[in-house]
Amino acid sequence: MVGKAKPVTAKKSAGNTRIVVMVATRKGAWLFHSDAARKRWRVDGPHFLGHIINHIVLDPRDGKTLLAAAKTGHLGPTIFRSTNLGRTWKEATTPPAFATVAEGKAGRAVDHTFWLTPGHASEPDVWYAGTSPQGLFRSEDGGVTWAPCSYINDDKQYRQWMGSVQDGTPDGPKMHSIIIDPRDAQHLYFAMSGGGVHESTDGGKTFTPLLQGLEVVGGFDASNAAFHDPHCMRICPSNPDRLYQQNHCGIYRIDRPSNEWQRIGKKMPKRVGDIGFPMVVHPRDDDTVWVFPMDGTMVWPRTSPEGKPAVYSTRNGGKTWQRLDVGLPAEQAWWTVKRQAMSADARNTVGLYFGTTSGELWMSRDEGNKWLCLAQHLPEIYAVETAELS
Amino acid sequence: MKVLIPSALYSYTTQAEVTAEGSTVAAVLDDLDSRYPGIRFRMIDEQNRVRAHIRFFVNNEQVKDLSRSLKETDELIIVQALSGG
Repeated sequence: MVGKAKPVTAKKSAGNTRIVVMVATRKGAWLFHSDAARKRWRVDGPHFLGHIINHIVLDPRDGKTLLAAAKTGHLGPTIFRSTNLGRTWKEATTPPAFATVAEGKAGRAVDHTFWLTPGHASEPDVWYAGTSPQGLFRSEDGGVTWAPCSYINDDKQYRQWMGSVQDGTPDGPKMHSIIIDPRDAQHLYFAMSGGGVHESTDGGKTFTPLLQGLEVVGGFDASNAAFHDPHCMRICPSNPDRLYQQNHCGIYRIDRPSNEWQRIGKKMPKRVGDIGFPMVVHPRDDDTVWVFPMDGTMVWPRTSPEGKPAVYSTRNGGKTWQRLDVGLPAEQAWWTVKRQAMSADARNTVGLYFGTTSGELWMSRDEGNKWLCLAQHLPEIYAVETAELS
Repeated sequence: MKVLIPSALYSYTTQAEVTAEGSTVAAVLDDLDSRYPGIRFRMIDEQNRVRAHIRFFVNNEQVKDLSRSLKETDELIIVQALSGG
């Protein structure tokens, strides 16, 4: 880890800055455009109606290239690419795919690309993709062609940690939370559900587990990466030595170079607990994060606890938590928010956005103090990403 | 040879009926991919397995072996099988 992170500057004046919120759903993608005040919104979509879109991401290095991870119920997975903010799309010529094995041997096939991460600022055409079943892929031409980029896809130990389809989440094990250290293009993290958190300092050639302090379901061996289920991991833009994680077994923070995660979720209210999927970090304050707790008791309903949805935030690195539910339904709201479906913009004050499993898009212009419903009746929302356009 | 395309793949062919050449089902799929780049991978995975909800019929008979030989007068029908809601 070298160098210093470029600070994320707060933008208060309206200027020509616009916000775009990219919403990926089980039946297509939508782009919500707003002015800088985030008061007037225009919807653009659906894009790829009927396609399962797991992630749609804008390239922050050029501000106009979009990549969308797509498949349909019938067809295999692919990546669509737009260089004009979604006016036109072209398909990747070589989507992520595992190496073809000799006839008669059992080889893996990508079911869907789950996660997309633009590469380091110094590598303008590089992207990373995480798939289900778990695999790490890299593009060096802006997402047109993809190739396996690490030994882990075929490594015996990693394959054991990744497990089979039956060991993962209900619609397949996921590689996600691919993070590039903004100070060092060679320093990467990723997480696997299941399979744990892993770190590379050589550009992905080798990885080592980063599991110390993380808990696993009772009775299992926490030293075995296979039993770990990180749900979402984020790096702080203002302090890349600090990462936060929402895990199957709680909310954690780590401050590098320490290798030990601290379970900061134990300070959450007991009746709510610290189980959930998304994790959102403040663009300029490494003590502030937001989570969206869900019911992880008994049979894991994966709904808002007691049907009362709320965001929780800490402003002190996890010492205390505040409930943020003004504007959200007070009762009988049985949806939740998936791991990619919550994000923040970089305005001053920070805007927050989340999409629900029931197809609603919610926003807050004031860091979660008050919530507004931006859209209803969308398909189940899988991912919500936010970007600022000049 | 005549190849009937399911609606899910019209984004590649823009039409329901196209022609392609090849002496086996696999060869016809390769020829389709050269005419409509990317179409094969949506039907056949990287281990050369037919994807779960794709079916091939030759002269109304289901074919699972992609090495099945074809004649110029045969008709290949590609079907998108039921895949849920």
